[in-house]
Parts: sequence; C-alpha cells; structure tokens
Amino acid sequence: MSEISQAQPDYNYKVVRQFTIMTIIWGIVGMGIGVFIAAQLFAPMLNFDTPWLTFSRLRPLHTNAVIFAFGGCALFATSYYIVQRTCQVRLFSDKLASFTFWGWQLVIVLAAISLPLGLTSSKEYAELEWPIDILIALVWIAYIINFFGTLVIRKVSHIYVANWFLGAFMLTVAVLHIGNSMAIPVSFTKSYSLYAGAVDAMMQWWYGHNAVGFFLTAGFLGMMYYFVPKQAGRPVYSYRLSVVHFWALISLYIWAGPHHLHYTALPDWTQSLGMVMSIILFVPSWGGMINGIMTLSGAWHKLRTDPVLRFLIVSLSFYGMSTFEGPMMAIKTVNALSHYTDWTIGHVHSGALGWVAMVSIGSIYHLIPILFGQRAMYSTRLVNVHFWLATIGVVLYIVAMWMSGVLQGLMWRAVNADGTLTYSFVESLEASKPFYVVRFIGGVFVVAGMLVMAYNTYKTVRAPKGSIAADPATQPA
Amino acid sequence: MSMFWTIWISVITLGSIIGCYFLLRWCLSNKTGVAEGESMGHEFDGIEEINNPLPKWWTIMFYITIVWGLIYLALYPGLGSWQGLWGWKSSNQNIQSLEESRQARADAAEQGLLVQYDRELDVAAEKFDPIFEAYAQVPIEELANDPEAIKVGQRLFLQNCSQCHGSDARGQNGGFPNLTDDDWLYGGSPAKIKETLIMGRQAAMPAWLDAMGEQGIDEVVAYVLSLSGRDVDQELKQAGKARFAACAACHGMDGKGNQALGAPNLTDNIWLYGGSQRAVTETLTYGRNGVMPSFKKTLGEDKIHVVATYVYSLSN
Repeated sequence: MSEISQAQPDYNYKVVRQFTIMTIIWGIVGMGIGVFIAAQLFAPMLNFDTPWLTFSRLRPLHTNAVIFAFGGCALFATSYYIVQRTCQVRLFSDKLASFTFWGWQLVIVLAAISLPLGLTSSKEYAELEWPIDILIALVWIAYIINFFGTLVIRKVSHIYVANWFLGAFMLTVAVLHIGNSMAIPVSFTKSYSLYAGAVDAMMQWWYGHNAVGFFLTAGFLGMMYYFVPKQAGRPVYSYRLSVVHFWALISLYIWAGPHHLHYTALPDWTQSLGMVMSIILFVPSWGGMINGIMTLSGAWHKLRTDPVLRFLIVSLSFYGMSTFEGPMMAIKTVNALSHYTDWTIGHVHSGALGWVAMVSIGSIYHLIPILFGQRAMYSTRLVNVHFWLATIGVVLYIVAMWMSGVLQGLMWRAVNADGTLTYSFVESLEASKPFYVVRFIGGVFVVAGMLVMAYNTYKTVRAPKGSIAADPATQPA
Repeated sequence: MSMFWTIWISVITLGSIIGCYFLLRWCLSNKTGVAEGESMGHEFDGIEEINNPLPKWWTIMFYITIVWGLIYLALYPGLGSWQGLWGWKSSNQNIQSLEESRQARADAAEQGLLVQYDRELDVAAEKFDPIFEAYAQVPIEELANDPEAIKVGQRLFLQNCSQCHGSDARGQNGGFPNLTDDDWLYGGSPAKIKETLIMGRQAAMPAWLDAMGEQGIDEVVAYVLSLSGRDVDQELKQAGKARFAACAACHGMDGKGNQALGAPNLTDNIWLYGGSQRAVTETLTYGRNGVMPSFKKTLGEDKIHVVATYVYSLSN
C-alpha cells in the first residue's frame, strides 16, 4: 500500500473499524436465522411450537438483520471510509459518527427483541414499530449531516462518483423511511399506518422497491466505485458512463415500486408506469456493471490470484444478472407467472447474496488489513475458501428457487379441459419440497463462508501490528 | 382523475424519460475538454477516471427502451387519465358490488371494450360452461357413477374446499367436519348437500357458563361423554342427565341431534371440536359458532352440483 507512506490526514478509522466488525457479526446472525427458517420450510417441526421461533416472526428478523444490520453496517463502514479517503479530510464530526454507530446498534438490538415478540407494523422491510422508526430517523439524519458535512470540508476540488451514489442513497432512504413509516400510535408498541387501502400498498412498495433501489443498489454501487478500482489498481473505465448511469438510475428507480402490485387493486395507470420505468431502468443499471467490470481491463490476470478482486467482480456479475432479471419480471405477462412464487425469492437472493453480500465481503477483506495495521489478511487461502463457499452457496440457492418458482407458477396456472385447475396448492408445495432442501444447503454454504471470514478476521485483528507479510496476490499494481 | 393530476403525472413521467434521452445525447459527444481515452485529470485517493466513450451497444439499448416506453405509454393507460390508443383495461374499476361488476361486464361486451378480465371470463364461460350445464342435468345419484365427473368434482373440491375440510375431505379439529364418514350435521341426501353448498350454514352452540355454572358444566360433560360409551364419574353423570333437558331442545332427549338445526349427534363418538373432556368442557363453557360459507356466488349452481356429487360419492 504505497499511499500509506504519503502524508495523509488523521482519518477517523475507529468508527469504520466498529462498523466493519459488526458487519461480520450481524452477517452471521442474519444469514444464520435465514438458514434456520429455510429449514422450517421443509421441516416445520423446527418451530418447536414456540411462537417466537415461528417462521412468521423470524422471517422479518432475518430480512431486517441482513438488510439493515449486515448491509447497513457495511454501508456505514465503507461510506465513512470512502468519504474520508476521497475527500482527504477527517470526518466532519467524531461525536456524530459515534452516535450513528451506537444508535444503529441499538436499533438492531431493539429489532431483535421486538420482532420475535410479534410487535410489527406489518409493512414488509419496515416492520419495526414507531418508537424504533423515530430512532432510525434520528440516526439517519446524523449520518447525513456527518457525510455531507465531510463533503463540504473536503480538500479536493471534485466530488468522487462513489460519493454521488452514497449521497443519493442516504437522502432518498431518509425520504422513503419517513414517508412510509408515518403512522398513528395507539400505544407504545402499536401503531396504524397513516395510509389506507391501495394507497397504503402503493406507499409500501414505493418504499419497498427503493429500499432495494437506493439502500441495496445505489449505496453498494458507491462501495463498488471505490473498492473495485482500488483493489484492481486501475482507473475507473468511463467517467461519462458514470454520469449518465448515475442520473438515469436515481431518476428512474423511484418509479419502479408498482411492479410489485401488478394485477392488484392498484389503478392500471400506476401499474403501467411502474412497468415502463422498470424496463428502461435496466439500461442504467447495467451501466454500473459495465463501468465496474471494464475497470478491470488490463488487469484481468489478477482474477487468477486475487480472491478479493474475485468477490468484487463476481458480485458485479450477479448485479448484472439480477438487474436484467428484475425488469424482465416487471413485465406484466412475465409477472403473471413469477408473482407470489419462489422465483421472487430467488431473484431477491441473487441480488442480496450475489451482489450486496459479495461486494461487501470483498470490500471488507480490502479494509480489514488497512484498519488493523496489517499488510494483508491473516490467510489469503481462507479468503479463497470463503469465495468458493459463497459462490457455490449462492448458485445452489438461486437455481433451486428458480426451478421451484417456475414450477409453482406453471402448476398454479395449469388448467384441465373442463376449466378446473389441475393442481391444488398442496400439490405445488409438495413439488417445491426438494428445492427447499437444496436452498437450505446453499444457505449453509453461505453461512459457513461467513464463519471462515470471522475466523480469518479474528486472526488478522489479534496478530501483532504489521506482523502479517504482504501477499503479492492481493496487492494493487 | 382531475386534469391537474393528469398533467402532473404526464409532465413528470415524460420529463423523466425525455430527460434520460437528453442526458444520453449530452454524454455521447465529448464535452469534457479531455481527449477520449485519457484520464479526466482528477485523482481521488489514487483513483483516476478515464474519459472513455459510452459503449455503443449499451447506448442502442438505452434508445430502444426509451422508444419502447413512449410507445407503451401511448398504447396503454399510464399518463393520468389517458386511456391509451388500444383502449385496454385490466378490469372494470371503481366497482362496488358483484351486481355492478356483472353490469359493467355486460356493457363492456356490448360496446366491444377491451377489458382483459371480462374477456377472459367470457372465453372461459363459452368454453367450460356447457360442460357443467350438461353435468347439472344428471341427478347426483346417477352422476356419482361417472368417474370423470367425480374427478372434476374432486378438483373443484381441492381448490375451494380443502383449505378447511382437508385434501382428503376428512376435515380437521376446530369445527371442520369429516365428509367421508357418513355422519351428517345437516343431512347427507344429495339435495341437502347441495343446499349446504348453495346457502352456506351458520351453526350456533350457546355458551352455558352463566346458566349452569362450572359444576353444572362438569356434570353435563360427564353425561355427554357417557352417551358415547365413555367411562365417567357416575354421580356427575346422573346429575348431568338431569340438566340435559336444556340441551335436548336442540340435541334431542336421546342426544342423537337434529339435522334440521345442524345440532350434532352426541352419541356416536364423532366430535367436531374434539372429544377430550377438556374440549367438550370448552364447547359447553364458551359455546361454538361454526360457519360454512355459501358458494353460490363463487362457483355457481352448476359447479356446485358437481362438487356435491363428489362429496356425496365419498360416503355412498
């Protein structure tokens, strides 16, 4: 790392270290719960007749833990790191940074208590009740002030593209969270949405799809725009491409929500707009993938030796795959087959495990040696083991869900000569069972990879400073 | 939808799409002041950016999706109250009742409107209604010998009835009767089965806690269990027998029930809500409200005829 020897500002790495370690811990917890409830789907006795162990209560805990605890901590860690390094200045406020760390951990702990207790606003990905929602809003506003404050006091003339994406992600998530969570409290633990009927559904998916679009896409594209060129040691492929795809992406994503509500009570015009914008969105989405993968041109050989870079590039491939799949599933005729089936679950996980988790893991492997004063991870071989566990796990998972989903869709619509449906629901469930087992095995692979990562991180952090020799395979050119 | 909202929606929708088009056009030519393929000249923590042109195939895809989007919005409803050149609708909206829906469907058919849901219903009706009309002409006793009709009935049953009565029609605890045991609450003749399906049933077992007290309920429970030949405390049973007159109004003096009221037979050791002492005590203490919904609107009488045939065939 040649740049370390240059004179550089005294960056706040403490908050980055805190969030980085918690990313790994919450990743294991969140994915572990996912594997447990995946097992319940083919072995229902695993809920042990205990209300707080049932699928219905643990599923929102799983989604909240992986999106907001694992993904959220990864975004906090990397954004605080990126904004300091690309602005060449220490964070705007250490106190606010500390507040966002402890506040966010409190939110996660409160979620882990309240969701198993059955306290829920019943809005998907926004289940937390109103007092926690207020805490989230406060932490988020502190985050925005700290991030944009740092941009304002930056020591370089331009704002780097990663920060455009991170800034757009933060501002939009604030608007989405506050807009969708508006509710009338009836007690400390119960509230009712301010919206009703189809409007409530529309608000929910305006929020829900943009939790994907801004939290899980724009934020992680920001991460990608720093760590891919950094790890590859190559310049970003096209500045102009980043301009077009940034503005097109953020202006189109916000419309895509209604594609979750095709063929429902939502008015036709809203469904059409959601579908049209989703399909145009395909192109700017791929802009990000192209820019990331083409950044590697001239450095392709590094993929053979550097498992960290492999994580980053495979994550971009999954990103490209799921941003092709998403617009396709937003087409009404395709949606008529895919909606309510496991295909949707497969799609979400190819994005969440393939893109979000892999780009985060790659970035964290890049970060940990720097944050803890080492020249490399304790074991590059274990990083490679993690890479293969994660890749095999994700492929098993999504292929199982594709097959199960398409099978369900076809079975549900099969009609006999007399107009009666060929299969009952139970029959389609029986047909899905083997795929649920495969999905579970895929999940076990992914969690096993996270445990390997935790071990590798522990050994790296505990080693005396500077004692781990640089691994030539993972060094930027 | 008011004109204001139509204009609002159209302006921001078309503005976004056309905005994307101009953004793309703007970035296609090199206005950066840096030669193509060269570094932009800024450097961030060691990262540089190259001024490479946009990939051509990507640009073409962007144009295609924009043009396709505009065409779709011209053909289909999307821009506020604009109905689209094809006049397509997914369904008749703002419908409040089944009657209004039927009326709207008839109007749409008359005016040749492209209401997708209506069209699909019409196609299905034309194709499948004659099959069920033919079945409905055959008496249930006779139709029960037609294996094809039984299969059709079973499929309808699996789709519409199995959620409560189970895929094997053996019911489940909690008030969902077994339909295979020839033990009928409201009668098992073809006509009665059909009546149940068409009209639905509403059963009401009252709560007896206030009238009998806990002791009284214990006594009646002992007597009721004894009717099915169960071993009970003789003293409680005798006391319960004296109190049973109150129950006899519906269940009969002999406890054999009354199909006109849907009052179950208490002597056959078949239990709708469980036959344990605890379950029967709960039934007497708090009462039960069983509901069989009417399927007249969902299935129509012709299909009900076939479902009834299947149910009839299970115990005949």
